[in-house]
Amino acid sequence: MDDFAKTSRRAFLRGSAAVAAGSVAGTAAAQDAPDPLITELQDWATFTGYGVDETPYGLPIKYEDDVVRRNVAWLTASPISSINFTPIHALEGTITPQGCAFERHHSGAIELTKDDYRLMINGLVDRPLVFTYADLERLPRENHVYFCECAANTGMEWAGAQLNGAQFTHGMIHNMEYTGVPLRTLLAEAGLDAAGDLSDKWVYVEGADASSNGRSIPMEKALDDVLVAFKANGEALRMEHGYPVRLVVPGWEGNMWVKWIRRMEVTDAAVESREETSKYTDVYEDGTARKWTWEMDAKSVVTSPSPQMPITHGTGPLVISGLAWSGHGKITRVDVSTDGGANWQTARLGKQGDTKALTRFYLDIEWDGSPMFLQSRAIDETGYVQPTKEALREARGENSVYHNNCIQTWYVNEEGVAENVEVS
Amino acid sequence: MSKSLNLFAPALGGTALIVGVAYGISTKNYGAQTIENLEAQLASSQAGAETASAKVQAADAEITELMAERDALEAAVASGGGLTQPAPASDAPFNLGREALPEEVAAWDVDVLPDGRGLPVGSGDVWTGEEVFVEQCASCHGDFAEGSGNWPVLAGGFGTLADEDPVKTVGSYWPYLSTAFDYINRSMPFGAAGTLSADDTYAIVAYILYSNDMVDDDFVLSNETFLDVEMPNAGGFVLDDRAELEYAHWSAEPCMSDCKETVEITMRASVVDVTPETEEEASAEHSMAEPETETEMAAEAPQEAEVVEAAADPALIEAGQGVFRQCQSCHEIGAGASDRTGPQLNGIIGRTIGGVDGFRYSNVFKDAAETGDVWTAEALDAYLADPRAAMPGTKMSFRGLRNPEDYAALLAYLQSAGAE
Repeated sequence: MDDFAKTSRRAFLRGSAAVAAGSVAGTAAAQDAPDPLITELQDWATFTGYGVDETPYGLPIKYEDDVVRRNVAWLTASPISSINFTPIHALEGTITPQGCAFERHHSGAIELTKDDYRLMINGLVDRPLVFTYADLERLPRENHVYFCECAANTGMEWAGAQLNGAQFTHGMIHNMEYTGVPLRTLLAEAGLDAAGDLSDKWVYVEGADASSNGRSIPMEKALDDVLVAFKANGEALRMEHGYPVRLVVPGWEGNMWVKWIRRMEVTDAAVESREETSKYTDVYEDGTARKWTWEMDAKSVVTSPSPQMPITHGTGPLVISGLAWSGHGKITRVDVSTDGGANWQTARLGKQGDTKALTRFYLDIEWDGSPMFLQSRAIDETGYVQPTKEALREARGENSVYHNNCIQTWYVNEEGVAENVEVS
Repeated sequence: MSKSLNLFAPALGGTALIVGVAYGISTKNYGAQTIENLEAQLASSQAGAETASAKVQAADAEITELMAERDALEAAVASGGGLTQPAPASDAPFNLGREALPEEVAAWDVDVLPDGRGLPVGSGDVWTGEEVFVEQCASCHGDFAEGSGNWPVLAGGFGTLADEDPVKTVGSYWPYLSTAFDYINRSMPFGAAGTLSADDTYAIVAYILYSNDMVDDDFVLSNETFLDVEMPNAGGFVLDDRAELEYAHWSAEPCMSDCKETVEITMRASVVDVTPETEEEASAEHSMAEPETETEMAAEAPQEAEVVEAAADPALIEAGQGVFRQCQSCHEIGAGASDRTGPQLNGIIGRTIGGVDGFRYSNVFKDAAETGDVWTAEALDAYLADPRAAMPGTKMSFRGLRNPEDYAALLAYLQSAGAE
């Protein structure tokens, strides 16, 4: 027990205390005495509860107040230019509620009203245009579920196992249903005849915040599936996700999903902005760097059990639950290993995920209480198989920072406590 | 160029269509039966023949219509489209939005490309750049662009890109000088983006180049000399080649059993121990370690809260919160506030000037702390009006509050948010 991180131990103890009052660990055990929760009249069964309008916009019940985004303060200089992490260890299904979907700001989240919102399209277009928010709502719109993953997700794990929790190792991701106007519709409004041959053209996009976070998107992608989105999961975007309008760039690194998007410029070259040169480029072992690494390759992680989600119920039926995704399309298969990659079983997909969206997978096992090394391995529709950490390091070294889609290992001991480890 | 628009028809849409077509077929059969019945009645009675004939024609028309509908639906299913369709594209514009005026494009379109397109006319020399840099940038990036705390290092790092911890600076890493001008011009200084003149931006970039030993101290950067500067790592980048180098190797059917002989732990996160604790854990430890302090604080708290409540004007506090945005890139206030580029500001009024333990103050603040002077509303007003005049040598890169009404608002906010 002493070997394990404080976080894991406390999570385990908390979990144990919660179940101890209710039942005995293990298989369906005989009850010695009547359960007072059943035999005695409880307050909630006799007094009335809250009326409607108690919370005009509802929040999760207080018992779930540990399911929140968390920050790793030492990672960045200031919370205004920083990142926090989605509590993926505690979520199920595939849709991420906006309120706990990770945030990444470069100059803080801004409060911009719909009335003050303007979107400009200029550059190599027939008519430079300015749209209001109301204009955007009059154009034909679409709904799509997509994941948004920061290129730096799992970036702290390049040099070795560092952070004890799926939230911290894999939580720079969220998955929402977006409502928006295809970018190609807006470009058609401005007219692309002036751009001539589109095959070598770009759309440079920037936000209204102080960072502006400019990125260059090749025209082929811009005309394919990029959305100018104003709703997520059915409601307005949250401030921290770019209210009132953000860009959705399916399957591509989160930094390109420009929030508070205010300008799109058709250009004949990439602008080579700060975010696409000094950042979001991947340094390899010999010091050269790869640039324009936009796609997020297939990846998966077991979300439970995991360091923040120890097994507290003892031996017997155990649900191994996890998430898989690929920026190249659909997830077609996920394999799970309980012995560190020696043997694999194909997991059950909770539901066939959409293209470039999270897919939930499950492996339902009878846990005999012996230690496990849990791993998962995603395969996408292109046939790409999620690589091991060794394979990635061999290909790229340890200094890439970005695009770490390695197979993750959780060690689960006899007591059900889980820890982030690397294995031979 | 644009890819097929019919990529999005999900499986469910297809199912709905098949059900719909089946319904169409059964309705048609039912219609046919009705017609047969009608025809039998016609033959036997001979009465109302005209009306019945009309009905038959109507039914026939209905059948034809339904069959056409079925055919259309089947065709839609076969083509992979269906009721679920992408938003319609239009050859004719929707004519939404309005023409952008040249002044508007000029105001927002300020990006600079690697070939220098977009550079404004202007110039700046290294020495001016040093002055502006020390005033505007050094609080985060250090006087010599060497970086401070976790803020980016802008100079040096040459020859480190293949090291265990590469130092990626403007000199050692950035492939284009245009990126530096573009970013500084648009997004710096942090907390006052877009306020630099073109000349000051040229000067800052010139100073960063000087800090990287890339130019001499008599160098002047301008829109005309811009492309003369050679970036040492311009050739250090390759385009994404994962498809060739990785995907082909990582697409084979993977091993499913007996893939390894042994599995040993080679590294564990608990050894590094950098995972943040939850608040619950942190406060549990805190209360165990310092129970007396907490009790004392709890006893003191109500009195102070009353004082603040009596003085607080919610509208003024809210206005002050707006003013505080100019401060928040460097200062934190409120529960859990910690030192950032600037010290935390809880209980600022009445606090010893330069008195936050552990914060690295400039000398003028260290001197003030020794004399034991405390912040009064007047002292704070004077400092905020002109920081460098009030506290010569301060590292705070803030040009001063401009609006007279901001002082009272900010003070109200500081007292409200920072009440201890």
